Amino acid sequence: MPDTPPAIELRSIDKSFGPVHANRGVSLSIARGSITGIIGENGAGKSTLMSILYGLYEADSGAILVDGQPVRIKSPRDAIASGIGMVHQHFMLIDTFTVLENVVLGAETGAVLRPSLAAARQELERLGREYGLRVNPDALVGDLPVSEQQRVEILKVLYRGARILILDEPSAVLTPQETEQLFRILQALRDRGATVILITHKLREIMAATDTVFVMRHGQMVAERQTKATNSEELAELMVGRKVRLALDKPACHAEAPALTAERIGLRDGRGVAVLDNIDITVRAGEIVGIAGVSGNGQSELLEVLAGIRAPTTGRLVIGDRAIDAAHPADPAEMRALGLAHVPEDRHRYAMVAPFDATETSVLGYHHEPPFSGRYLMDRRAMAGHCSNLMEHYDVRPRRPELRSSSFSGGNQQKLVLAREIATKPKILLVGQPTRGVDIGAIEFIHRQLVAARDAGCAILVVSVELDEVMALADRILVMYGGQIVGEVEGSAADERTLGLMMANVWRPDAAKAGVP
Amino acid sequence: MKAPLPGWVDIGLIPVVNVLLAFVVVGLIVLAVGVNPFTAVRIMIVGAVGYPEAIGYTLYYTTNFIFTGLAVALAFHAGLFNIGGEGQAYLGGLGVGLVVLALDATLPPVLLIALAVLAAALFGAAWAAIPAYLQAYRGSHIVITTIMFNFIAAAVMVYLMVNVLIAPGSMSPESRAFADAGHLPFIHDLLAYAGITMGQSPLNLAIVWAALCCVFVWVFLWHTPWGFELRTMGHNPSAAIYAGVDIRRMTVLAMCLSGALAGFVGVNEILGVHHRLILNFTAGYGFAGIAVALMGRNHPVGIVLASLLFGMLQQGGAELSFDIPAITREMVVVIQGLIILFCGALAHFTRPWFEALFGALRARSGRTTAAGAAEA
Repeated sequence: MPDTPPAIELRSIDKSFGPVHANRGVSLSIARGSITGIIGENGAGKSTLMSILYGLYEADSGAILVDGQPVRIKSPRDAIASGIGMVHQHFMLIDTFTVLENVVLGAETGAVLRPSLAAARQELERLGREYGLRVNPDALVGDLPVSEQQRVEILKVLYRGARILILDEPSAVLTPQETEQLFRILQALRDRGATVILITHKLREIMAATDTVFVMRHGQMVAERQTKATNSEELAELMVGRKVRLALDKPACHAEAPALTAERIGLRDGRGVAVLDNIDITVRAGEIVGIAGVSGNGQSELLEVLAGIRAPTTGRLVIGDRAIDAAHPADPAEMRALGLAHVPEDRHRYAMVAPFDATETSVLGYHHEPPFSGRYLMDRRAMAGHCSNLMEHYDVRPRRPELRSSSFSGGNQQKLVLAREIATKPKILLVGQPTRGVDIGAIEFIHRQLVAARDAGCAILVVSVELDEVMALADRILVMYGGQIVGEVEGSAADERTLGLMMANVWRPDAAKAGVP
Repeated sequence: MKAPLPGWVDIGLIPVVNVLLAFVVVGLIVLAVGVNPFTAVRIMIVGAVGYPEAIGYTLYYTTNFIFTGLAVALAFHAGLFNIGGEGQAYLGGLGVGLVVLALDATLPPVLLIALAVLAAALFGAAWAAIPAYLQAYRGSHIVITTIMFNFIAAAVMVYLMVNVLIAPGSMSPESRAFADAGHLPFIHDLLAYAGITMGQSPLNLAIVWAALCCVFVWVFLWHTPWGFELRTMGHNPSAAIYAGVDIRRMTVLAMCLSGALAGFVGVNEILGVHHRLILNFTAGYGFAGIAVALMGRNHPVGIVLASLLFGMLQQGGAELSFDIPAITREMVVVIQGLIILFCGALAHFTRPWFEALFGALRARSGRTTAAGAAEA
């Protein structure tokens, strides 16, 4: 079909938010029946572009053509009518409804629900057969694992007759295996003529799943490549606009005395299920210990226990002369006094207060200490000075301490939190997901700061679900599975295959040895 | 995403337009009962601020609204919805009464008044501390418990007034009158010392205390580490835990401060005006405090402005029903309710129109600039 018009064509789309020019003259054309990736750093304008396509925003100027016909998309309703559907990063599902009810919600065909449900049941059956999107229509959405909830989102979009699917960072909540399953579903959709647009900042996924890739930078479309004809290095360079070293070369580590020791730590949740089981960890001054593992295997809970947010049910932590156990818990304030700093993995939940200005966020946790606080009153000038100092040293942009914390981009928020914690010169630094939601350019910077802190004698524990990151940073790697430490590897000796097997808890040292002739 | 409105529109123009809209609706209702709305408005305004005694009454009501408005706002900054201002105010008055009844024969005025104010704070705080404890340590929701504590406070007061504190030989449930040492000076008396004559009104020194409380709340919330922790907890309890705040203790502290502020209504009413312990002196101020805080955006300056408006409505409304028999007392409550509805609950009702208006203005000026640049 050489003369088929492209499924989507955008012509010089322009969109500004006040002084921020989010999209400038963006044009692109997406062939029908393809998987197209749109890649770019946070704030490059990819989400804005897709929101325009889906009718959440209206472009200031420019044109949208669907199947060669110009269309005006003023709301998601218009988008759906044009056959465009979007699977959001944060699911729009109702937990207490069944899959069927969720799919029908908003697409009912009359005042009586029963005929809609019956029709939807048949349609779901068909979609499930055709695309391998099988979900039990009568299951409650709240009971489904995350990967199946995502399938329900995709089904919702297909049920509304979408031929063009936009997926916004779909793999953020998935394990590597689930991500691969998702890609297989997307390929099945493509093979039956659907057009898929994948927004992501993960190069690996672009390389694995797409046919064509568009690169955005600073609101502009800077490149279009056939995926087969490019590679990760080139794409990274296009995204950032300069050469990026994806690997980190760091000097050898000089580990000294243990700074933090966890002895047989166990933790039970409210229902009595063991989420941590007999964990032994020692972190020495001057080394980075990395914790790898698929998300949800106890890493978050481990960090919370080590940071004093939760007390361990069994076992104890030792920092210097202080032993912490269930009977003698330490709260985060005492942990800070012991020289432990914590960059939480969920910075929105723990590390910052969205409506506070950056000045206030920059002293969170240290607000009682001089010079920020005297006996009774806080010194706002000292706080603001401290904040601009941190911003200067960690290149937080824009350098405006009076702005709301939530108005900074994810990478800049992370740099501010990291700056706050490292600035206290801690003896122990816990870092959860150091670069989640952070641009490639900032990742490099954050990694170098962590190595510099290590070389200054700090004991660092890094928890990350990005295997590349753990391998780049850690001097020693521990792998978690099911609340236990299931493997330990020297950083220099680590390879992806071994770690991957450990993460899935199928690593058999003997079998591996036997496998090697 | 919409461009933010200029500050003066947000905190100046929109509230004024809301008040005007409220008056339009009120005018229609007044018209419906056969009264000229302009006459009604004139009587209300003159009645509220037209002569010194009216101003005195208005400010006296304002004082109560400031106390309860601050109480609601402070709890709100901690993420707690204190509906119990009414009961806490009631108990605050009880504290004042108990101290003065016990000691007005022995202590000098300054010491007695200081002790009575302290008692108002302690009793109000204690009445808020129980729901706070139940929420922090037992998980009972504070909205439910504070409402129930209002009823308990009312019942306790009736019991005490009827059976324990009633003046010997009295037919109505009132305590004996306080001795002169237990009177907070009236402003008109103080002005008389300074040689200024002002008609009698219930306005008393409690208004100065209310002003001091505004300053205290502002400094506490925005300039002390405890206020920082309190606001952190209100916006994001997880971040507060991360920052080392014991959020259970902070919950109790915030509610105690809130209850103490509400308790000061007892200072204004019992120590300042009635000079005896009576029933029902709280008269709904505790609930009105929610609307005051909402309208004042939980900031002391806003609360003072909102309290002034509420005080004017209270006083002007009383004059209105006095002067025009067709407008009954209930009618006045309707008028007050409408104004609260428009300024509080519907505070963002007109916002989209302003956003559209200013968006259009901005786009036009942007185009003019661009055109100018192109010509140049």
